[in-house]
Amino acid sequence: MRSFALALLSIWVGAAWASTSEHAAIERGRYLVAAGDCAACHTAEGGKPFAGGRPVPTPFGTIYSTNITPDRETGIGEWSPEDFYRAMHEGKDKQGRHLYPAFPYPWYTKLAREDVDAIKAYLDALPPVRQENRKTALPWPLSVREVMAGWNELFFKEGEYQPDSSQSAEWNRGAYLVEGLGHCGACHTPKNALGGPKRHRTLEGGYGENWYATSLTKDVRDGLGDWSLDEIVQYLKTGSNAKGAATGPMAEVVENSTQHLSEADLRAIATYLKSVPEQKQKAKGPGDDRQRLARGEAIYIDQCAGCHMENGEGQRNAFPPLRGNAVVQSKDPETMLHMVLAGARVAATRGNPSGLAMPAFDWKLTDQDVADLATYLRGAWGNRAAPVPASDVKKVRKSVVAQSSR
Amino acid sequence: MATRLPKKDVVLVGFGWTAAILAQELTEAGMQVLALERGAYRDTVPDFAVDHIQDEYRYAIRDDLVEEPERETLTFRNSLQETALPMRHIGSFRPAVGAGGAGVHWNGQTWRFLPDDFRIRSHTLERYGAKFIPRDMTIQDWPVTYQELEPYFDKFEYLCGISGKAGNLDGKIVEGGNPFEGARRREYPLPPLKRSYATVLFDKAAKEVGLKPFPCPAANTSAPYKNIYGVQMGQCTFCGYCEWFGCGNYSKSSPQSTIFPVLFRKQNFEFRPYCNVTRVDLDGSRKHATGVTYIDAQGQEFEQPAELVILCAFATHNPHLLLLSGIGKPYDPKTGEGVVGRNYAYQITSSVDVFTDEILNPFMGAGSLGQAVDEFNGDNFDHGPHGFVGGGYIALWTTGGRPIHQSYLPKDAPKWGSGWKKAMAENYLKACSIATHGSVMSYRDAYLDLDPTYRDVYGNPLLRMTFDFHQNELKMSKFLTDRATQIAKAMKPRSFHPKPRTGHYSIEPYQTTHNTGGAIMGSDPRTSVVNRYLQTWDVANVFVMGACAFPQNHGYNPTGTVGALTYWAADAIKNQYLKNPGPLVHA
Amino acid sequence: MPFKSERRAFLKAATLAPAAVALPVRFANNPATPATHGYFSGDETRFMDAAVSRLIPADELGPGAKEAGVTFFIDRQLAGPYGRAETWYMQGPWQKGTEQQGYQLKLTPAELYRAAIADIDAYCRKNLGKPFAELDGAAQGKVLKGLESDDVKLERVKAKQFFDMLWENTRQGFFADPMYGGNRGFAGWKLIGFPGPRYNYVAEIDQYGKRYTQPPVGILGRDPARRIV
Repeated sequence: MRSFALALLSIWVGAAWASTSEHAAIERGRYLVAAGDCAACHTAEGGKPFAGGRPVPTPFGTIYSTNITPDRETGIGEWSPEDFYRAMHEGKDKQGRHLYPAFPYPWYTKLAREDVDAIKAYLDALPPVRQENRKTALPWPLSVREVMAGWNELFFKEGEYQPDSSQSAEWNRGAYLVEGLGHCGACHTPKNALGGPKRHRTLEGGYGENWYATSLTKDVRDGLGDWSLDEIVQYLKTGSNAKGAATGPMAEVVENSTQHLSEADLRAIATYLKSVPEQKQKAKGPGDDRQRLARGEAIYIDQCAGCHMENGEGQRNAFPPLRGNAVVQSKDPETMLHMVLAGARVAATRGNPSGLAMPAFDWKLTDQDVADLATYLRGAWGNRAAPVPASDVKKVRKSVVAQSSR
Repeated sequence: MATRLPKKDVVLVGFGWTAAILAQELTEAGMQVLALERGAYRDTVPDFAVDHIQDEYRYAIRDDLVEEPERETLTFRNSLQETALPMRHIGSFRPAVGAGGAGVHWNGQTWRFLPDDFRIRSHTLERYGAKFIPRDMTIQDWPVTYQELEPYFDKFEYLCGISGKAGNLDGKIVEGGNPFEGARRREYPLPPLKRSYATVLFDKAAKEVGLKPFPCPAANTSAPYKNIYGVQMGQCTFCGYCEWFGCGNYSKSSPQSTIFPVLFRKQNFEFRPYCNVTRVDLDGSRKHATGVTYIDAQGQEFEQPAELVILCAFATHNPHLLLLSGIGKPYDPKTGEGVVGRNYAYQITSSVDVFTDEILNPFMGAGSLGQAVDEFNGDNFDHGPHGFVGGGYIALWTTGGRPIHQSYLPKDAPKWGSGWKKAMAENYLKACSIATHGSVMSYRDAYLDLDPTYRDVYGNPLLRMTFDFHQNELKMSKFLTDRATQIAKAMKPRSFHPKPRTGHYSIEPYQTTHNTGGAIMGSDPRTSVVNRYLQTWDVANVFVMGACAFPQNHGYNPTGTVGALTYWAADAIKNQYLKNPGPLVHA
Repeated sequence: MPFKSERRAFLKAATLAPAAVALPVRFANNPATPATHGYFSGDETRFMDAAVSRLIPADELGPGAKEAGVTFFIDRQLAGPYGRAETWYMQGPWQKGTEQQGYQLKLTPAELYRAAIADIDAYCRKNLGKPFAELDGAAQGKVLKGLESDDVKLERVKAKQFFDMLWENTRQGFFADPMYGGNRGFAGWKLIGFPGPRYNYVAEIDQYGKRYTQPPVGILGRDPARRIV
């Protein structure tokens, strides 16, 4: 009788243990899903959480995200942990077909198995949503998924993250997050013509959704060179700091992802980012077309000084300085041009709910106006970056119009 | 047939300052709050953005942020002997429409009434005797004291980020502030704004005539400011487009710049625009509100049930709604009985234009950038020799130099032609104006009721306003104008031009948007509409916010006191009413 | 709503023509937006040009109202929401009120102008032999003074009421942002030294007595030829 009772007890205790660790895995999964910002693609605007259907623009065409709720027919309810690990680690679905790297498996491959399992546990705990996946239509030959095998051969290095023993635990945790779940390089690393990341130029700046994602290297002008660890942490946690503010797609990253990370993880990310080597390129200045610079200065005083102040210093905690600003000095000025034309709204987070915004100036500034202004800014107050031609503005204006009519 | 909607805990009618404060406070307390606004949602970007907001013609002349009389107006007459006629276009005051209300287009003057203002009747009787109060002057003591409201003035000031200098810290008079103000617990959240040249000249002159000038308390931030809700504001850059305009760089305190970012994140807050509330619905007993009825943009009628109804519309709209809803006995000036509409008051202003030889750059300004003297406000001076009740402050503000309206010409300048051109060219940069800002007492014949003839777009009777300046106010205003003239003289200008307020009150020229009374607070239900917590005596689940609660209007802009009363009422609702719904005061 | 950035609708092509600007949709309904068509007849335009030239003449101080485009400004305003009194309460019954009760005419501003101009020209023809525009400057000045003082009696309209409106609108046209068609070349602003809508005077506000040196700018920029009409 006693041994039977003990056996019962151990089963009951065992079950309690199992559910506790299940719960812990789900909670860990929730955190990791926030870190990976899965919702950014897998939750459509106005759609049910993680049910997919969001159009993800790429230079090759639009890819529609898939349903990763546990629905058995239209989601991944039938997927085992093995299947899910294969998707994250190798970029292949349950049927073994190649996934397009719009799903950033080249970064998620770095995830440890138990993290992938925790993510799956969280996804399995979501309410299942019945929603068929939209067929992705890329032009031939990309429509043939087997083509991705070749792409992977060239640009994909499969494998979980291997710690660098010469670096601290904090640095390694940061590297794991940035190069893994954070998939920062998916925007911030330049890509070649085939859409492969240029690994030798990690985090030197790249494109995401018609915005230019700034360099995250040590460069003082257009990178994080003169940002302290605390400033990087504050930016990721609250959406802004004394030097800059997250707008556009980065605002969504902060709102949906980084503001939810722990202080320790944010410090780890900052530690890793502060070590990214700068590119050894001397920046070109804005040129000496005095007329353009004078026109740009006049536009600045007339249109911009109300917030960014006459000396370019901005207003502390409210409007970022343009002096020493990385977005202003980015090799590719697209983000700055985008903001001037379409306006911008800073990420609204728990730490800073304000969501201060900049209006659109597209309706009253010509391409030449914006180009002159940008050129002026790239040489004002010690800034240094190349002049901006009006044709650059024209291109960005087209994409702004295209986005606003979506 | 109205469509009935799902019930809410709290319905707020109108969405200006008082509603935004209540929405924030009551959602924090866990209530499901719905705000119904007849106008649109508005936000700094794009509606008041720096790219287009400094447009005098659009916003100050064509009144683009102001309520259109076509949709809502009132009828006006000076006395009971006249027929009231509609105010057909915007004139004497500018109520707002749209989210944020007049909190968007105000100047930002944020004052506290004086301690003795709150007990004006008792104090006047004590000091000057019963004969000093004219028989038809119906002033009343407030049912709250300055001391009770002090923490709430403080809260509103720290919500807004008021720039100022304390004059009385906990009883100790502090140099550089207003020596007459009621004691405050701590300094203002921000230091005073940088001074413009004209205010410096005024400051010097005021001191020379023995007065103690101090900076006007300004809801224009002197530095970037993070407020009590964690909302970040910018810093005022003196653009000179404050009143009638929204602020483009988050430096004028408004519901948008101080509350919206935290409020609109909340799941238990809903904002519904284009909903015109036409009445508060009552049950059969007529002692309990079941909700409100509103008409949407398509003309469809809806019933919105709620546990608690709070009127947060403009000061003239709230009494109007009470009258249309049949809450409280309408005031009858002939019998002196009834309460709704009683004790309507306003503000009496005058000015002295000053023409200097200095380049003053009037276009550099802010809505509350000014220096003031308070020696002639409240009962800060002996009224005995003068024979009037009340007073006001005198200030020189530099709010802007907008060319269509904000230019001053000497009295003898030609009204048009080449001579006018010359006068404009010679005076625009070098002129400024000293303003007096006086109290208006309540009178038996100054009141609000429903018009018998004119109707609004929904077929409801318009509100009728019967109001004029009484001898008491004209006398007092003349006194202030004379004092202001003294200061003008001491500025040693090229010339000056006193412009006293004389004659009848006219609905035509703009004066202030300081309409008060009509739903006044008091201790006696026979002479007030709401009790000290702004709860109506008649219907315990209806509260009424705003300056309509003022028993009379004192010598300051009303918003500071409106903000304090709102926080005061919010506390009473959270800590008393919600725990035990019912009358909070038993008369 | 609150946390989505609002994209402006792009009304015209991306490059701006020198005269007209692609405006955000938000401008469309505002009561200041001028009509794109005219209101005044040829005769009325001649009256207006003459009248505004008297009110604000061209002289050694600079252009007058006519040169500054004030007639055009008023014309477009009267053809638009202001002229139609769209935001005014225009329900009856109509009664003559006291001076304190403000505007009580059944006429919209556009109608008031039409009636007044016709009445004034009729008065001028009857008493001075010619319509207003053909009188010499001194005679025009006298007529205007008579309207201002209400000594001139018009058929349908109270002279002073029209004069006050005309003078008010003339000043508005002379000093409004040039994008509305008046204040051409910043004539009004240059006369008085107003630098236009600028957002930052933090560095200059305590430079007491110093003249501000930046040139005038309108909402559309430093080129006053940029307009929305």
